[in-house]
Amino acid sequence: MSSVQLWTYLFIGLSFGLYIAIAIWSRAGSTHEFYVAGGGVHPVANGMATAADWMSAASFISMAGLISFLGRDGTFYLMGWTGGYVLLALLLAPYLRKFGKFTVPDFIGDRYYSRSARLVAIFCAISVSFVYVCGQMQGAGIVFSRFLEVDITTGVIIGMTVVFFYAVLGGMKGITYTQVAQYCVLIFAYMVPAIFISLMMTGNPIPQIGFGSELTPEYGGGYLLDRLDNISEQLGFAAYTEGQRGTQDVFFITAALMFGTAGLPHVIIRFFTVPSVRAARTSAAYALVFIGLLYTTAPAVAAFAKTNLMNTVNNAVYEELPEWFFTWENTRLITFDDRNGDGRVQYVGDPALNELTVNRDIMVLANPEIAGLPDWVVALVAAGALAAALSTAAGLLLVISTAVSHDLLKRSLMPQITEKQELRYARIAIFVAILIAGYFGINPPGFVAEVVAFAFGLAAASFFPAIVLGIFYKRMNRQGAIAGMIAGFSFTAFYIIYFKFIAPELSTPAHWLFGISPEGIGTMGTLINTAVALTICRFTPAPPRDIQQMVEEIRLPGH
Amino acid sequence: MRDEHARAYWKANVRILTTLLSIWFFVSFVCGILLADFLDNFRFAGFKLGFWIAQQGSIYVFIVLIIVYVFWMDRLDARYQTNSKAASLKAANRESNTDEEQPS
Repeated sequence: MSSVQLWTYLFIGLSFGLYIAIAIWSRAGSTHEFYVAGGGVHPVANGMATAADWMSAASFISMAGLISFLGRDGTFYLMGWTGGYVLLALLLAPYLRKFGKFTVPDFIGDRYYSRSARLVAIFCAISVSFVYVCGQMQGAGIVFSRFLEVDITTGVIIGMTVVFFYAVLGGMKGITYTQVAQYCVLIFAYMVPAIFISLMMTGNPIPQIGFGSELTPEYGGGYLLDRLDNISEQLGFAAYTEGQRGTQDVFFITAALMFGTAGLPHVIIRFFTVPSVRAARTSAAYALVFIGLLYTTAPAVAAFAKTNLMNTVNNAVYEELPEWFFTWENTRLITFDDRNGDGRVQYVGDPALNELTVNRDIMVLANPEIAGLPDWVVALVAAGALAAALSTAAGLLLVISTAVSHDLLKRSLMPQITEKQELRYARIAIFVAILIAGYFGINPPGFVAEVVAFAFGLAAASFFPAIVLGIFYKRMNRQGAIAGMIAGFSFTAFYIIYFKFIAPELSTPAHWLFGISPEGIGTMGTLINTAVALTICRFTPAPPRDIQQMVEEIRLPGH
Repeated sequence: MRDEHARAYWKANVRILTTLLSIWFFVSFVCGILLADFLDNFRFAGFKLGFWIAQQGSIYVFIVLIIVYVFWMDRLDARYQTNSKAASLKAANRESNTDEEQPS
């Protein structure tokens, strides 16, 4: 067994041990604890838990890799996934906390005084969460298969078992405190290699600054970004700091990711766990600080990794390439095809001459190896990636379980069940959800970040307008909200399914509606949802007096 | 009386939101996307300005916006709670329960 593997077993073993210990310590005894951790989570702890909940395998594993291949266009991930937090903190979190129930369908169902609205919300919550959870399982599978060299199936089963243990036992309470631990693991694992590499390449230990600094003489001097632009252009790629995608497409993708962020049920429910409205606001601020730390580091990591990759592989003699190249080649995430038979790697922009393909998902995982960092740092990244995948998976599984046990069974179908029974159903639901998620982890549907991007589009087109209108527009009624959610959700789902699964060959800017890619169509879905809701609402009766009273109550200060 | 307070509070709240969200929109969509190419003509250190705003600056601004929001809302809450007796009495009760959880 190699030294990297030994370190990996050690770090993963230690971190999993920690999560299980926390799970045993924080068992949930009531539905209140199971759904919202008893509502007494400190804002800082909730901030960390939200950050871990939020930063998924996609943020940790894929994002920097995507940015390093997209260059400036990668910006929509950065701004979209952080800017949505501003919407969440300002437009949703405080009011939903004031409302003070357990779930998003709870709010939709009560605010729109209707079982059908609740059912539509349950359906949206479950489908968004399932799409998202598949991405997490797939991320966990990649890590296991590369670092432990077990097959993906075994890897996913190990991950599922651990999540099962603390999610079923502790519910939201167990999940919250393991997420706090997972945040610490993942941010440490992300920052250490970034700092190392920044120091090596630019002499500056802060990646956010190193990113705009001059390279050290061994790396050829000059500003990092200028050098990156130069080599990219020399090899026939686009300049790194210039945008390639249409401006309106970038605009729409960014907006879709922002609205989606604000509409993701597993992030919203985190704000039900704090003791007061004030604490909800404070913890949103903490959460964004914790998230921002990783998100401002990611573009630096992307630039470092790209420079390093191009320096190392281009025109290198295949036989003399470093060890990591061959390990990744074994997983088939790097492929090399010596077309001109000169025994050297040609990594160039022209598809007819290029001989190397690199899977974007491996940039962060391979980065420490490419930079030649010590084995323990390489292993640390594996533990961090797992923390990111499992923490998000747990949050999503909880949404699915509460949607079934609380929203569907207790509030819609079998209102007479006791709390004990409800808790049992919640645990059964989480168990079934884990099995299904595990299945998709083993038989993955696509790229991690791409799949996740769809979840955002769907969340943006269904929940975001319904919740915002529910708070800010007192006149919004049942008919408008239901019609809006159905219109927005089905439009977005149809567009994505059409271009991704039915006719993927047509998925080019020429065929897209207004040049908007499937990733960005959620914004259009949001607009359609809002427009339909407002129109229908005008021609149907105003909501009952007590509902309007409730909206006024939600808007009031304090507690 | 209470209704009037509630309305004034809500108005002030919406004003805060409008201000902060305008900045949010301007920084991310206008500077980070629409004007990014133009702003790239200006440089500091190794960064082109538009690129820096898109990949770094906007995130710092987002963090600042939420922190400002927390402070403004706390101030607003304090002002309206001292004005409304019923609310402040209710608030005081709740506050004593949550105080240990979050020192202000």
